[in-house]
Amino acid sequence: MAGAGGHSTTAAALPTADGDTAALRQPASCGELFRVFNRLALQGFGGVLPIAHRELVERERWLSPPQFMDLLTVGQVLPGPNIVNISMILGHRWFGLRGALAASAGLLAVPLVIVLALALLYQHWAHLPMVAGALRGMGAVAAGLVVATALKLARTLTRNPLGRPWALLLAGATLVAVAWLRWPLVGVVLGLGGAGMALAAWRLPGKGRAP
Amino acid sequence: MTPDLAALLGAHGLSTWQLLQLWGHFMLLSLLAVGGAISTAPDMQRYLVNQQGWLSDTQFSASIAIAQAAPGPNILFVALLGWNIAGLPGLLATMSGILLPSSVLALVASRYAQRHADSRAVQAFTAGLTPITLGLLVATGWLLTAPVRQQWPALALVALTVLVAWRTRVSPVVLIALGAVVGALLLA
Repeated sequence: MAGAGGHSTTAAALPTADGDTAALRQPASCGELFRVFNRLALQGFGGVLPIAHRELVERERWLSPPQFMDLLTVGQVLPGPNIVNISMILGHRWFGLRGALAASAGLLAVPLVIVLALALLYQHWAHLPMVAGALRGMGAVAAGLVVATALKLARTLTRNPLGRPWALLLAGATLVAVAWLRWPLVGVVLGLGGAGMALAAWRLPGKGRAP
Repeated sequence: MTPDLAALLGAHGLSTWQLLQLWGHFMLLSLLAVGGAISTAPDMQRYLVNQQGWLSDTQFSASIAIAQAAPGPNILFVALLGWNIAGLPGLLATMSGILLPSSVLALVASRYAQRHADSRAVQAFTAGLTPITLGLLVATGWLLTAPVRQQWPALALVALTVLVAWRTRVSPVVLIALGAVVGALLLA
């Protein structure tokens, strides 16, 4: 992939994770946290995570690449919006609850105003056929983007201890239960997700090893 | 809240009790949002459009499309859903609902998960939920096509987007902009 070049250059410039830690800096204040997270949110169209890597690791040097990966893993394990989780964890690490609020507010406040302004513009012009058509087109693209995300995620299934057949079976069952049978999400996540976790735990290598 | 104040803030006739129900449902979804808030969109649609009738299919899809076209985290579609249901009180209910439980959990659990990233429990948790996230994402894509399922150019646009976004590195915002142009010309 052509776009991976930026990341590998960074990794090559840093001999080890430990050697890099010394050069890391820290945000000076909650105000700086707010400004940096606001800046990265405003650059993120259709996803903020790639921007977060560039701003937090390469530009501000608040995190080393391995630290960022660890944080990303944690953000993905936990439920909720990944990038908001990451901002709260980072803000809390440096300035406690105030930092968590400053970082997440930086991420959400200005984009929220922009989204509301767009929605009001849409409401005002929605009666025009071309505006309604444009939004239908954007909705169709949004649908395609979400499905493409799923296809990219499906690539990681080769490394999943469940194995492809079981993973695809669980994914298909989830799709049928949610999109077709319209079952509430609680039952689906607890039932199928629970089955998936149990199966994954059973199939993970090195069963006898202490955690 | 007095009825006057509710009207001023634009609650669109939703009672305080209904706002609390809305808040409670989004708090529950917050804890179920494995793989991000967008994976709970099918359940939001089931609850808001089919069960409560607070939004139409078109309003629901428009909220997600507008949020995707704007800069910032995709989670903001939740703010638009709340805004379209009940104005500012609705926005506060859906946003605080979707953010509070997961944020508290993130702060409490981050230390544990980071220290035990290679433990069996954390690995089984992640691996076991990946297929669920996958299924939920495809379900989200399916329900987003609800307003345009009768129009074949829209379905072709969906298929084309899947292919381009999957196989190339074209920025999502470019695709959304192209979608707007195609939609204005062919789907009006």
